[in-house]
Amino acid sequence: MTEYEMVRKAGVQRTVIRSVAALIGMFAFAFALVPLYDVFCRITGLNGKVDTTAQAIVHEEVDQSRYVTVQFITRGSAGLPWQMSVATRQMRVHPGQAAEVEFTFTNNSHQESWGRAVPSVSPSNATAHVRKVSCFCFQEQLLQGDERLTVPLVFQLSRDLPEEINTITLVYTLYPVHNMAMGASVNNNNTLGDEI
Amino acid sequence: MAPKLPPQHSLQQSSTAVAGGQSHHEHHAQPKGIMRWLLTTNHKEIGSLYLIFSLVMFFIGGIFALVVRAELFQPGLQLVEPEFFNQMTTMHGLIMVFAAVMPAFTGLANWMIPLQIGAPDMALPRLNNFSFWLLPVAFILLLSTLLMPGGGPNFGWTFYAPLSTTYAPPSTTFFILALHIAGISSILGAINIIATILNMRAPGMRMMDMPLFVWTWLITAFLLIAVMPVLAGVITMMLMDINFGTSFFDAAGGGDPVLFQHLFWFFGHPEVYIMILPAFGIVSAIIPTFARKRLFGYASMVYATAAIALLSFLVWAHHMFVVGLPLTAELFFMYSTMLIAVPTGVKVFNWVTTLFRGSISFEPPMLFALAFVVLFTIGGFSGLMLAIAPADFQYHDTYFVVAHFHYVLVPGAIFAIMAGVYYWLPKWTGHYPHERLAQCHFWCSVVGVNLTFFPMHFAGLAGMPRRIPDYALQFADFNMLSSIGAFFFGVSQLIFVLVVVLCVKGGKKAPAKAWEGAEDLEWSVPSPAPLHTFETPPVFHRTHPSE
Repeated sequence: MTEYEMVRKAGVQRTVIRSVAALIGMFAFAFALVPLYDVFCRITGLNGKVDTTAQAIVHEEVDQSRYVTVQFITRGSAGLPWQMSVATRQMRVHPGQAAEVEFTFTNNSHQESWGRAVPSVSPSNATAHVRKVSCFCFQEQLLQGDERLTVPLVFQLSRDLPEEINTITLVYTLYPVHNMAMGASVNNNNTLGDEI
Repeated sequence: MAPKLPPQHSLQQSSTAVAGGQSHHEHHAQPKGIMRWLLTTNHKEIGSLYLIFSLVMFFIGGIFALVVRAELFQPGLQLVEPEFFNQMTTMHGLIMVFAAVMPAFTGLANWMIPLQIGAPDMALPRLNNFSFWLLPVAFILLLSTLLMPGGGPNFGWTFYAPLSTTYAPPSTTFFILALHIAGISSILGAINIIATILNMRAPGMRMMDMPLFVWTWLITAFLLIAVMPVLAGVITMMLMDINFGTSFFDAAGGGDPVLFQHLFWFFGHPEVYIMILPAFGIVSAIIPTFARKRLFGYASMVYATAAIALLSFLVWAHHMFVVGLPLTAELFFMYSTMLIAVPTGVKVFNWVTTLFRGSISFEPPMLFALAFVVLFTIGGFSGLMLAIAPADFQYHDTYFVVAHFHYVLVPGAIFAIMAGVYYWLPKWTGHYPHERLAQCHFWCSVVGVNLTFFPMHFAGLAGMPRRIPDYALQFADFNMLSSIGAFFFGVSQLIFVLVVVLCVKGGKKAPAKAWEGAEDLEWSVPSPAPLHTFETPPVFHRTHPSE
């Protein structure tokens, strides 16, 4: 092998090693994007993702000068024989004022099942200003066969809600909870939401 | 398209050694029949395999498109069930993107890059063989899903979750596996091309001396290495969501379907440039040849290509203007998308300026290259319209989008591939393609393409949605025109096959320098190119002082 060929071969090896390193890096980057995206959305409130932990009521002066309309939308999901309804479709609150609204879950089947209501807020720049004090959406729910359960949502809009927002929509979508996700929070996992 | 083998090589095996070392290797008897093609490590033979595979897949994907167009010939449901219609639109997209356009460019790269840089073969010949033979495996697997219970993929080539996870047919796991294999093939091909270009150039050839086809492929290969792993990551997440109970894209478990779209288009937008940059390279070789002038602005072509590649990482969310992006993001992606028009405009300007006061002749490769410049620019303009975020709310998911990306892919990528095939056929076979037949193919293709895709602009602006087997009555005339055009275009591609077959079998003999104005290194080897070329590196003479 001539010197020219040796140099060439070493060059090819170096290129291949660097390319493979770049490949592995990009594959890892794709997976790293998942938590990064989540963090990004939570910090900016994009995508309507709200905190799923309870927050304390902040006692601040209620802004009597303005009203904000809060709308509630509930949606069912394939694979869960539940119905979800809300006591009032919309209400008007002042920023800073704590409000309560009742949601009713009905299990239409004769078997117990687990489900979860996943919240979303629109417009997304209101997300950070919706303070949930108590919400059924913080954890999975268990409903016995034919059970009917009424649970409250207590929330407060912060006073620094941007001026241009005068309507906020809260959407709750019901999802069945699968075996996999349940392991940690259930002791008797005999009947669970069926797979779609 | 198989290379003509000179007799003295017919009993020798092409080298399996790393390039540069083969002259010291003993030659074994060359395997005969199918084993010869299964085991070949010769860049020309593998290039031919890629091109033949791509042509076969082009027709399979084309038949799927014709099923779609036949159903859309009239409003109402006539020929196929809506479920099957969805499988046809999906498979048409997947096959054309991953099995027709990408392997065709890889095939051209295999054939031409070693010849254009004066290398004896690709840097990693055995890897080259492996990356080709992964492709038939991947796409036989993908096509077989059509026969499985529940049918093949039916969620569009973009396979948005949850359509492709929660609501997907059971065959989706096979689809994921097929895409993984095809992705590995592309990645290995890209590594090989980068290793070849960076290390195997003839002594004296600097980076800025390389022909533009080599340059554009180098940049494309970098794009492939950057984004194919992201695609692999996305489909792995889908696989886990479907089979292992994770919730990457499932809101019930804390995931997010919009995340899928972000990840997909982070791959998907560079992917569309992967399908067009090598086309720029081919056209940049053909236009100077038949205008008998040096390419205007060589250096600016290189920088424009690199700029397009870099910008392609910053524009992905223009595919997602309607998912509910915040205003800042809409503006950012709108402006960054429009910015891409600048380097693209530089390229179109350079091609037109190369033609200016040139001594132009209209051989078949030049016809296709000129049609490329005009029709690709039309596709670019409709892309600019789509880039306007507020207007996109109207255009999104309509036939206007279909018209746009078919204008950049059919008379863009496919015409460039055909131009390249006509341009290099004399080098591959030693014969010129039949001029009259090739002209006939060209004019049928141009009429067919425009008849098929131009009316789609109007149907889309009037609000006709994509991927729906039925439509409102007011779209009937546009769709009938499109369907007639599609069948005309499809049938006229048989002329292309005829020209290629005739050219392999015989025809007017071509000299080493088959075209009068052609300057690059590949024209210094005999036509047809012998199986082994540049076993001793050629001396590279700079034909023009580069800037």
